[in-house]
Amino acid sequence: MVENRPWLTFASHAVLVLGLLIVVFPVYMTFVASTHDQAAMLSGPVPLLPGRFLVENYATVLFSGLGASSSAPPVALMMFNSLVMAVAIALGKIAISIIAAYAVVYFKFPFRMTFFWMIFITLMLPVEVRILPTYEVVANLGLLNSYAGLTIPLIASATATFLFRQFFLTVPDELAEAARIDGAGPLRFFRDVLLPLSRTSIAALFVIQFIYGWNQYLWPLLVTTNEDYYTVVMGISRMVNVVDAAAKWNLVMAVTLLAMVPPVIVVVVMQRQFVKGLVETEK
Amino acid sequence: MASVSLRGIRKSYDGLEVIHGVDCEIRDGEFIVILGPSGCGKSTLLRMIAGLEAITGGEIAIGGRVVNRLEPKDRDIAMVFQNYALYPHMSVYDNMSYGLRIRGMPKAEIEARVRKAASILELGDFLQRKPRQLSGGQRQRVAMGRAIVREPAAFLFDEPLSNLDAKLRVQMRIEIKRLHQTIGTTSVYVTHDQVEAMTLGDRLIVMNAGRAEQIGGPIEVYERPSTTFVAGFIGSPAMNMLPARLAADARSVELDGVRLPVNVSAEQAGRSVVLGIRPEHVALGGAAEAGAFPLKVDFVEALGADTLAHGYLGASPAQLTVRLPGSMRVAAGDTLSLVAPPERLHLFDGATGARL
Repeated sequence: MVENRPWLTFASHAVLVLGLLIVVFPVYMTFVASTHDQAAMLSGPVPLLPGRFLVENYATVLFSGLGASSSAPPVALMMFNSLVMAVAIALGKIAISIIAAYAVVYFKFPFRMTFFWMIFITLMLPVEVRILPTYEVVANLGLLNSYAGLTIPLIASATATFLFRQFFLTVPDELAEAARIDGAGPLRFFRDVLLPLSRTSIAALFVIQFIYGWNQYLWPLLVTTNEDYYTVVMGISRMVNVVDAAAKWNLVMAVTLLAMVPPVIVVVVMQRQFVKGLVETEK
Repeated sequence: MASVSLRGIRKSYDGLEVIHGVDCEIRDGEFIVILGPSGCGKSTLLRMIAGLEAITGGEIAIGGRVVNRLEPKDRDIAMVFQNYALYPHMSVYDNMSYGLRIRGMPKAEIEARVRKAASILELGDFLQRKPRQLSGGQRQRVAMGRAIVREPAAFLFDEPLSNLDAKLRVQMRIEIKRLHQTIGTTSVYVTHDQVEAMTLGDRLIVMNAGRAEQIGGPIEVYERPSTTFVAGFIGSPAMNMLPARLAADARSVELDGVRLPVNVSAEQAGRSVVLGIRPEHVALGGAAEAGAFPLKVDFVEALGADTLAHGYLGASPAQLTVRLPGSMRVAAGDTLSLVAPPERLHLFDGATGARL
């Protein structure tokens, strides 16, 4: 549509700019707050311009945490824990669900659809619903305060299985037959043909599941009591809930910004693949 | 290269039989075309030869070896699919060499075979391209190249030209024919297009509803169709089929007051038959000629080279189509006097449709 209506252009841009400001302003405020010392935070109106404590604040939270008044470890460690958790969950979910989907789509075995629906029904049971029984199991297995306990219970994924199944169903049957005639066994076909074709779907799922894993809050809160396994998202809440002292908002804001960085990096780096994976129809 | 034997092939899905016993001996180097309308079981038959469908009954042997229980890769066949089934993420070279790499063939040999196939198919310039950068005809050639490099005992083609446009189809048809003349590999080719079947096949298997109605050379199938189905399926425009009765002396056939002389044995006399006349086997003749019959023209299709006249036989409601020379000027409402040579008439049993 090619139209030249200046007012329409102006109005639509105005709406977009306004929307952008509404989204960006809190982030900007977070950044500003993270560059002041605590005194500036506590004395009246919050400043609108950056202060002089940028490097100092970030160095403090990254390497020494919030100090004695808080139970949180250095942010660098928490970010590492979050990273381990997010990557393990994302890769684990993709690995398990792509194999499950492969079995459901390409192999005929008894109760195939039963199994598929069993997987599918777990969509109705998010982490929060099954959190207590899951905790019981993890505790009995002795997995509290470990990376395994943080990640394994969250790895099974009906969503990803379903997405891969839908993708596999669009791959023409003749491709599998051609591979069979070429002499490729099931694993070879999976590795040589299906995996490369699923590349964009995998990328899209990685982005979604990385952010899902990174943003887990309730589960790490339950299974970790040892500071060495704290993740950054739950760490932030611990920093705010301090006893007998004012929260160090300038430092909390610095942590918040730091916590935002990895998901942003993942999205930016994988954006092209991600969009292709969601919209691509050409096989 | 090898012969392919089909002995009493049957196929059932959940107790419903869709192929009712097909027998055919395909000779070494022969080009066999399986022809039939959609749903007749021709693709299923091919897929059973390929090993993609289990065989319910009967026996398939390739090169004298029964392959019923063998995986497709062990049957020494290569298949070309209707939608090409190229691996989209692999280059043309990788597509063609994939099967050889899996078999662990030495790299130099793979390279030599792919180059050779590429030069036969004129794909030399495209080896590094991806399938999506190729046109339909080129993709089809890559699919054939993938079959050629394997140097299999038999090629199986599953409607390979159906996805191409009309012009390209004619061109590829010629290429397939030429390829078969060059390489001489036993080929089984499935199609619903009678022109492809007639031009490509050394022999045709005409299938209908899971049965092989006739197996024979293209000209034989055209000149002596063994059933009304084959007669109606082969030839364009289709053969005219008219219900008729043999005269008591079995020397002529009668329909609605028209008598045409025929040659059949005497014991058939008096029975009800289906009379088949191909539109192209009718000629103009004087009204006084023996066996001349009138055609009241209903409408005309002028095709340039030919003129098709559709009309009624005399006063009867029986419809007839005739193909006349393009130079003939015919108009609706005309009455033509036509003759059909007795040896060009086909007689089929009125009840079973089998040729008399």
